[in-house]
Parts: sequence; structure tokens; C-alpha cells
Amino acid sequence: MLLIHCPYCEETLPEAEFTYAGQAHIIRPENPSGQTDDQWEEFLFIRANPKGPHYERWRHFHGCGRFFNAVRDTVSDKFLTTYKAGAPRPDLSTLLPEGQK
Amino acid sequence: MSAPISQKAPGVLAASTAAEIALAAPCARLSLRARGDLAPLNAALGLTLPTRIGQVVPAGERQVICLGPDEWMIHAPSDDTAAIASACADAYATLPHSLVDVSAREVTLTIKGAHAAELLTIGCARDIDGIPVGEGRRTFFDGQTVILWRDGDTAFRMDVWNSFSGHVFDLLKTGCAELAAEHA
Ligand SMILES: [Zn+2]
Repeated sequence: MLLIHCPYCEETLPEAEFTYAGQAHIIRPENPSGQTDDQWEEFLFIRANPKGPHYERWRHFHGCGRFFNAVRDTVSDKFLTTYKAGAPRPDLSTLLPEGQK
Repeated sequence: MSAPISQKAPGVLAASTAAEIALAAPCARLSLRARGDLAPLNAALGLTLPTRIGQVVPAGERQVICLGPDEWMIHAPSDDTAAIASACADAYATLPHSLVDVSAREVTLTIKGAHAAELLTIGCARDIDGIPVGEGRRTFFDGQTVILWRDGDTAFRMDVWNSFSGHVFDLLKTGCAELAAEHA
């Protein structure tokens, strides 16, 4: 079982307490009625599908209930970091070990 | 289907040499959500709301646990509900908040005995020893969200939604018997 660090509880806890919630840093349009069909398609459906580090949302569902963000390597399933919702996207070069940058 | 635990009388429901599971007497359960300067609510409740998740603050017969950055659960005697509600209502003008009576939603099972912590591991993936005595955590027990309070090394309380309590109790009862056989 994966162990995930909740940035609100400040504890590293079993995956069973968490739910996955899709790609992170998808910005809602400021003016929804001004969006074109293509922009809506991009917002609603187009997602990254990286082989490697992925910025994604998780929720500590059976715990503090908070949504937060994580960087997880989709190949190794290793969490590189987790951070509070609203915090800036962390720089990958600071997360990856030497030699993998 | 097992009958809801709330239909049973409070008292011991299952016991073995490993652990004892009892239904606690009904109490007031109030879910509180608030953000900002908590001073008006602290004054209204007569306690200091804990701000670290998992921290428990007892105040007389009232007890409050911090469940999230802006969420608490208050336990109190059943006849205390109106007093808490009216005191918090008076604080509403200075600190808007949500206070919801969820007393009927949950029941509390007390789990104690030499192997109480081990018994909890049959449904909880968390490291039970990571919960200090005098604190609690909202966590996961065999598919259900529960609040687990640790009152002592071998004494716990588990708040579980009434509709899931039959299932949770049946599992604990089975574990109680199995652990007794294993440690016999
Ligand atoms: Zn959490």
C-alpha cells in the first residue's frame, strides 16, 4: 500500500484514507461565458498523460477531508512531494534526485 | 442484514480475553465549521478549540476534537445541546460559522482490553501506535469513515455512522473472538 503525506494533517498515512482527484492546476476560466468551444474542450477534457512526474490532486477523504496537490511519478508510483491546495506548482528540478533531472 | 447498533441498550456487546466492545450511552454530537479568529467561539463554548488536526480538548463534560483545518466535532451530555447551540448562535454575528447537530447520525463503540490496539488493525490501515493517548483521528475502518479516540494505551472509542455500525460491530466481534483464540 502506498503511504501518502497529507500536508494538512502533517502525517504520512495509508493510501486507503485518500482518493485520487485528477490532474492538478487546471484553472477555471475567469469568464466562462466568454469561452469558445475549443477552450471549453481544453478545460473539460484535455489532460496530460505523462510517463513520469505528474501534478495531480488528491483528497484526504477519510481524514481531514482536504483536497491537496501531489507530484507522483506514474512509472514508479513514488510520490515526489505533496503540498497544500493553492500553493504554487513546485519546480521539478528541486524534486528529482541528481542524475534524473 | 444486522440491526442498527443504536437499537441496542448501552453496555457491553461482546467480550473476550483479548478485548471488550461496548456501546456508549448516547451523547450530543455537534459538527462545527469555522474559519478565522476563533476567539468568539472559544468564549461561547468555554474552551479553546484545538487547531492541530487530531488534538482533543476536554472541558468539563464537553470534549472537542479537531478533524480538519476548519472542522471540529463536539461531544457533550445530551441535555447540553441547547446551551451550546444558543451560546454559539450569540457568537454568530462576530464569527459566522456552521454548527450542526449530528447526534442521531453516529454511535460510539468503546473498545478496550489488552489487545484493543491489535483488534483495530483488522480494519484500520493506519499505525494505531501513531495515535497518542489523549488524541484522536478521523480515519478509515473496513470501508467506513470513523473517528477514533484514544483514551488510554488499551482504551479507544470509535464513532461510526449508525447505518454502518452493525457491519463494523460484527467485524470487531469476530476479531475479538479470533484474537482471544490466537493469544490463548
Ligand atoms: Zn489530512
